[in-house]
Parts: sequence; structure tokens; C-alpha cells
Amino acid sequence: MSSYDAKHGGKAWMHIPLLAMAGFYLIPIFIMLNTGFKSFDEVSLATMWELPSGISFDNFVAAWDALKPNMWNSVKIVIPAATISSVLGSLNGFVLAKWKFRGANIIFPIILFGMFIPYQAVLIPLVEFMSRIGLAGSTWGLVLVHVIYGIPITTLIFRNYFATIPETLIEAAKVDGAGIWQTYSQVMLPLAIPSFVVVFIWQFTSAWNDFLFAVVLTDNSSWPVTVALNNLAGSQIIEWNVQMAASFMAAFPTLLIYIFLGRYFLRGMMSGALKE
Amino acid sequence: MTTTAGKAPIRRKAFSMEKWWGLVWVMPSLIAVMLFVYGFIGWTARVSMSAWKGLLPNYDFVGDDNFVALSKDPRFDIDIKNTAIFTFVFVLGCLIIGFLLAVLLDKGIRGEGFYRTLFLFPMAISFIVTGVVWRWLMNPAQGDRLSGLNLLFDKLGLDFLINSWHATPEWGIAAVALPAVWQMSGYTMALYLAGLRAVPETLREAARVDGASEYQVYRMVIIPLLRPITLSAIIILGHISLKVFDLIIALAGKQVALDVPSTYMWTTTFDGYFFNRGAAIGIVLLMSVAVLVIPYLWYTLRQERDL
Repeated sequence: MSSYDAKHGGKAWMHIPLLAMAGFYLIPIFIMLNTGFKSFDEVSLATMWELPSGISFDNFVAAWDALKPNMWNSVKIVIPAATISSVLGSLNGFVLAKWKFRGANIIFPIILFGMFIPYQAVLIPLVEFMSRIGLAGSTWGLVLVHVIYGIPITTLIFRNYFATIPETLIEAAKVDGAGIWQTYSQVMLPLAIPSFVVVFIWQFTSAWNDFLFAVVLTDNSSWPVTVALNNLAGSQIIEWNVQMAASFMAAFPTLLIYIFLGRYFLRGMMSGALKE
Repeated sequence: MTTTAGKAPIRRKAFSMEKWWGLVWVMPSLIAVMLFVYGFIGWTARVSMSAWKGLLPNYDFVGDDNFVALSKDPRFDIDIKNTAIFTFVFVLGCLIIGFLLAVLLDKGIRGEGFYRTLFLFPMAISFIVTGVVWRWLMNPAQGDRLSGLNLLFDKLGLDFLINSWHATPEWGIAAVALPAVWQMSGYTMALYLAGLRAVPETLREAARVDGASEYQVYRMVIIPLLRPITLSAIIILGHISLKVFDLIIALAGKQVALDVPSTYMWTTTFDGYFFNRGAAIGIVLLMSVAVLVIPYLWYTLRQERDL
């Protein structure tokens, strides 16, 4: 162990603070799973740090019963939202990086600013507008909202990616007589598959984790899992142990994506600082 | 489109027509953003200068009355105090932890990938989940009903650490910043790690040859070089902290003691139907974020153009 570290300039003692911090980051996961797998009889706040004597699914079954319709609502919101966002972002990003027209450099910051605004500044008109067009209280309304407020970040990620593609490639396509559609679909799109993954999982994660839009735009038939979980945690009826299992369940899809596609998730995350 | 020299002028004209297709392609997004971002901000601004209380819209113009009322509102004082404490603890906590972790990982330690993955996973989780779990970890109950982290401290013999967390009077909001640090310090680490990796090894070598100790290398060479990253991190974290909402709701519900502008806006508008006051808070929030973000956007995009 130490020989590897020494070769790279690391020191063995460095593992002590790193492992301590690893412990800190894992505490919430530990407590969710440790509590989740206990049987109802074994659950008690006084023994919350003790390991379960056996594996039981009582809590997960109860949590699933409570959250099943909401997990499904989240899926119905997140999949179309992430798909449409990715397509829109790729169109905008391509045009703003590689098919510039007069004013393209002004339009980009105008769009970009939208990702930083506190949504409290648009919430009242949003609720008014959505109820007037009849989309308040439905999952489709939330899809629309996630697509629109996702435009800045998806445009940013694709634009930054397309900007790295050599201009000569575009020129060559133009010389061959390709118009905007052919250049986009034949030349750029095949190159941009990794960016699609980045944008899709970024939008998937942020829409799945959204609470503010959902809480003002959905009703109890269309609540996504975040709103349902918050209500469940606020109620006096649902036991804390079931809340732990429910929390894990709500976090599970995005955690899974992070574990398997972490590289792409990270690229989306770093683009939030406007840097690649 | 052929490319013979004789047809060049025509081609150029066709070319610029072709350019305008770009505008057509962004048009749907641009219209959506103009309406949902700028149009709605304008609409909120109008509501913030109206007398709209109750369920029925009332756009009677009242000038800056709502803002004046807000400035005299004792609850808004609490909000500002809480935001200040939260921002201080959250930003500083993320910067310190993020920087130290990045320095340790930058050395090329065994298991770097494992540590990095572990430090960053909270980013994938929603603030609601974080809030619900930490609400039980930071259970303020004392005595026989000790639980959560307090119970863990008790078992580990660290009794002096036992505290009332977010139930602490005045300073409770600082405890709410702890799960926020848990969630975002890995991100700060990733920013710093990318910055550290960009510092050329020759610079460190040169400093060492000049007799600088490892500590001095960091103080005199590396930390100054990382200043742009620190600035980016402060702006990104700072604007997140101004917007923090879900975490507080999930962790503590709607307690006035832990109120911040974003939660006040939500409760006063959608529970109390004070649309005018809610809109005014929304505008104040927007202004404070804009002061932070617009110079950053302007600077970053200009720098990019100069490259």
C-alpha cells in the first residue's frame, strides 16, 4: 500500500483523514440501510446505530406501498422531460457554437442567465399561467416546466461540447453541399452521443430531485416522489424507520445512475461552473 | 451549391440565408425562455407592486409599498440573519473541506477513484432525501430520548459534542448548513482537484528548489494560482445558498426560527395568499442572486471570447 502511495507522492497517513471523511459521507446511507433492513420489532431510536440481527424487508414493503404511485409519477415526468431537453439542448448548442448568426453571442447569455435565477421569482406567474392553460396539477405540466427551465444548462453543455469540434469539419460539410440539417444530423450528431448521455442523466437527476416546481404544480394524484416523501416525513403517522426506507427508495434511481454513469454525471456537474 | 469561382458572390448570399436558419432553430427555445424567465420575472415585478392579497388577482398599483413593508418586517430580519449565517457556514465549510480533500487526493494516493466517487455521491441525491435523513440524525432530543448523532457521540464518549442542532436558539440555522456541506463539499473538491491538476509540476519543483517547504509551496504558489477557482466556487455555492429551500423544508418544516427568504416567499404566497409580499420577496431574491451571477457570467463569457 505504502509503496504505491510513495511512488506517487502520497503518504500512508493521508488515508486516515480520507477514511474519516469517507465515514462522514456514508453516515446517512448507513442509517437508511441499517434502519431499512431491520424488522419492525427491532426498530427503536435508542438502538439506531446497532446492526440488525437479520435482514427484514418490513420497512421497504411499507415504504413501497406508500410511494409506489409517486415513483411512477416521477418516471412519467422525468423520462419525457430529460428526452425533450436533450434534443432541444443539442439544437441550440449546435447553432450557437457552429452555425452562428448575427446576435448569437447575445442570445447565449440571455438563455444562460435562466439557470441561475431563484425560481421564487417566477413562481406566481408560473402557477397562474399553468392553470390558465390547464396544465396545473398534471404530470405533463411538470414535464413542460422541466424542459423549459432546463434549456439553459442543456444548451450550455452542448454548446461547450460543439465548440471543441474543429471548424474544418463544418467547412468540409458545407463544401460538400450540406445544409444546416445535414451538417447537424450527419456530422455533429454522431459525435455528440456522449454529450447526450451527459445531458440526459443531468436532466434526469435534476427533474427527479426537484421539489419546488412539483410542490406548487402538482396535486396528490400527480405528486412525484420528492413531494410524497416530504409529506410522509411530515406526517405523524408514518414511523421514522419507514421514512428511512422511503428515503433510500427515492434516492435509489439517481444513485444507480451515479454509480454506473458517474463519469457523465460529473461532466454535467462541472459544466454548472461554466467550465469544461 | 457548387464551388466554382465564378459563382462565388451568389454562393455567399445563399450562405448568409443559410446562416439565418440558425436563428430559426433556437427560436422555440428563445421564445420559451423569454416568456418563462424574463416575461415571468416582469410579471412577478408587477405583482410585487400590486395590492394582491387573497385568492383573486388584484393588480392595483401600490408602488414600493410591499418592499417598504418587507424592510420593516421582523420576520424578514430573521430571514436575512439566517441567510447570512447559513451562507457563511455553508460556503466556508465547503471551501475548507473541498480544498483539503483535493490536496490529499491530488497526491496520487491509492484508491483515489474510490474516494472521489464516495465524496461526490451526495450530489446525486435530492435535498429532500438529505433533509429527511438528517432530520433524524440531528434529532435534538436530550436525556433518555437521545438519538441520532447525539447518541453516537454519547456511545463514542464524545459527550461534549452533544447539542440541540437546529433547535439551538438563534444559531439553529448553522446546523442546517451541515447537511448542505455534506451534499456540496464533494463538488467543491472536484473543482479544486481539477485546478490542482492544472498547476504545472515545474512550478512546484521550482519553488522547492528555492527552498520552500511543502506548506510554503501551497501558501505562496498553489493557493494564489487557484484563486479563480475559489472565486467560481464562492459564486456557485453562494447562489445555491441564497436559493436553499428544499433542504430546510424537509429538515425542519415551516419553522419561523429557521426561515429564509425562499421559504418565507413560499409560505406567505401559497399558505397565506399574500401574493404581493411573496412577489416582493421573489424580486429581492432575484436581485441578490443577480448581483453575484451577472458579473461572473459577463466575465467568464468575455474571457472565453478573448481566448
